[in-house]
Amino acid sequence: MIDTQQLLLERGKRVADAVALKKPDRVPIACLWDFFPAKWKGVSVKDAMYNHELMFETWGECMEHFAPDTVDNPFPLRGFGPLLDRLDFQHLRWAGRGLDENTGYQFVELEVMKAEEYDHFLYDMSDFMVRRFWPRVYKAFAPLEKLPPLNQVISYFWGIHNALFLLSPEMESVRTAMIEAGKASAETLKWAAAYGKKMAELGFPPSYGGFSQVPFDTLGDFFRGTKGIMMDLYRRPDKVMSACEKILPIMIDTAIASTKRTGVPTVFIPLHKGLDNFMSAQQFQKFYWPHMKELLDAFIREGITPWVLVEGVCNKRLEAFRDVPPGKVIYHFEATDIFLAKKMMQDRCCIRGNVPMSLLTVGTPEDVKAYCKKLIDGCAVDGGFIMDAAAPLSDARPENVQAMFDFTKDYGARI
Amino acid sequence: MKDLVNAVAEMMEDDAKNLTQKYLDQGAPPMEIFEAYKEALAIVGKRFEEGIYFVPELILAGEMMKTASEMMKDLMVGEKASDSNRLGKFLLGTGEGDIHDIGKDMVAMLMDMNGFEVRDLGVDVPAQRFSDAAKEFQPDIVGLSGLLTLSFESMKQVVDALKEIGMRDKVKVIIGGGQVDEHACKYVEADAWVTDAVAGVKYAVNWMEK
Repeated sequence: MIDTQQLLLERGKRVADAVALKKPDRVPIACLWDFFPAKWKGVSVKDAMYNHELMFETWGECMEHFAPDTVDNPFPLRGFGPLLDRLDFQHLRWAGRGLDENTGYQFVELEVMKAEEYDHFLYDMSDFMVRRFWPRVYKAFAPLEKLPPLNQVISYFWGIHNALFLLSPEMESVRTAMIEAGKASAETLKWAAAYGKKMAELGFPPSYGGFSQVPFDTLGDFFRGTKGIMMDLYRRPDKVMSACEKILPIMIDTAIASTKRTGVPTVFIPLHKGLDNFMSAQQFQKFYWPHMKELLDAFIREGITPWVLVEGVCNKRLEAFRDVPPGKVIYHFEATDIFLAKKMMQDRCCIRGNVPMSLLTVGTPEDVKAYCKKLIDGCAVDGGFIMDAAAPLSDARPENVQAMFDFTKDYGARI
Repeated sequence: MKDLVNAVAEMMEDDAKNLTQKYLDQGAPPMEIFEAYKEALAIVGKRFEEGIYFVPELILAGEMMKTASEMMKDLMVGEKASDSNRLGKFLLGTGEGDIHDIGKDMVAMLMDMNGFEVRDLGVDVPAQRFSDAAKEFQPDIVGLSGLLTLSFESMKQVVDALKEIGMRDKVKVIIGGGQVDEHACKYVEADAWVTDAVAGVKYAVNWMEK
């Protein structure tokens, strides 16, 4: 009988050692599973998104099979079909809503905030969120667009009748949607909690307990759209800067609160728009890195480990990225030259990644093993390394994922 | 029109617009203005290759071009139809299952500026639509865009469909997107792979000049 609590401790220590730049008992391995477990089990993405029990069983079985050193919880960001439906959510298309039932969801580029709305956003962000952002992104809340400015409802002779719209019949549909969406959300989170508990019982530590973003990415992804924010760098750079400053404390506070709630002191931070090709060194140094640095420092001060998923290629950013205290940050690379990163960061940061998605999706197990060997030889010999795919697994072939796990657990224990 | 070329190349959006209006008011032929923009875009593309310009500049340059096209729209009727002296024909789309379009749109704009006649099929395009369009449009090059790993399969299906209608040997196939690399290229059986729009244009121009 395997003592799963012993396993929980061993796995936790293995990852913690790698983060602290020590050499663990073997190379740790973990993945962002995305919808891979559904594919592995022959379950449709759509069923997984909507059927919580099916997701619970399928993901659990998949984790027991591959036995990674940490697991992510699929419920909050994968098992939310009913919630998205009820909100009539606009920022994604998903299985059954614009996409095939076996396709993972995709982000939809929207210019939710128009260029001329920066001033509203900067003057009163919450008012902007409730009356402009929510109605556009959560279509079920569309009537909120007709609310009066929220700060005009103060007291009896200060706007008591301005609140009329809150009390109007049109708000009935919004209230119903909020109640039903709230129930859907509670149901998903109930399963999330149960899944976390089950994983701990099976000896799998959670991979992260909070989510954060560099403000420039939040502003670009969710408010202005990629095209919008790129043009703003020329058309209204000061407003971009002010908006990023406004967003920064929110990115810090929500993630810290989330790690406290979940009890998991790791924050996942995917990088989107500061990549080598996406902006110049000057633009990066002005609009991206200072806020990213503040974000990382704030988490480190709280004893939280930032796990930064560096999407795309960031070879030119490594010099900046390494400006963090040693043994506190995980940099997970996609297509950045990971060997260069190791060389530049080995005394500072834990390196994670980067088995290419092309190999995992259309390569052979032999290709995958050869790449993993190269990674371990080049990055893991002195520790400070976590084996992972370059990006979420999505369409990877099961036999290739198997090869990555088998090889790492074997060879990674012998170096 | 050196000043116009310079304004566009240096990202001086207001100047570019004002100068375009000035030349139009002076009765300059729209084609000449169009050529100035083309020259400027070539400079922007070159600076992108050299690592001086990045995505913001490509997008802004495209936007300036769009504004100018709008200003000249009514004057350009018939002029653009001179496709006979175009460099080549380029068929483009994002593969089935993938709805991303920013990279694809950038490619369409740059290919157009580099003298190609571009047919853009949009996003989430099934293989059948690619082969139907290929038969009708007779492209020299087929460009397949995709940001996701699922696109590898869709791209392969397009290549298979081109084989089926006997056109694979008559066209070059180039794939582009954040996830493509040599492994994906081999699997899809494409002729080239790129991860940025400017590199793709360079391949295309080289192929046509051979």
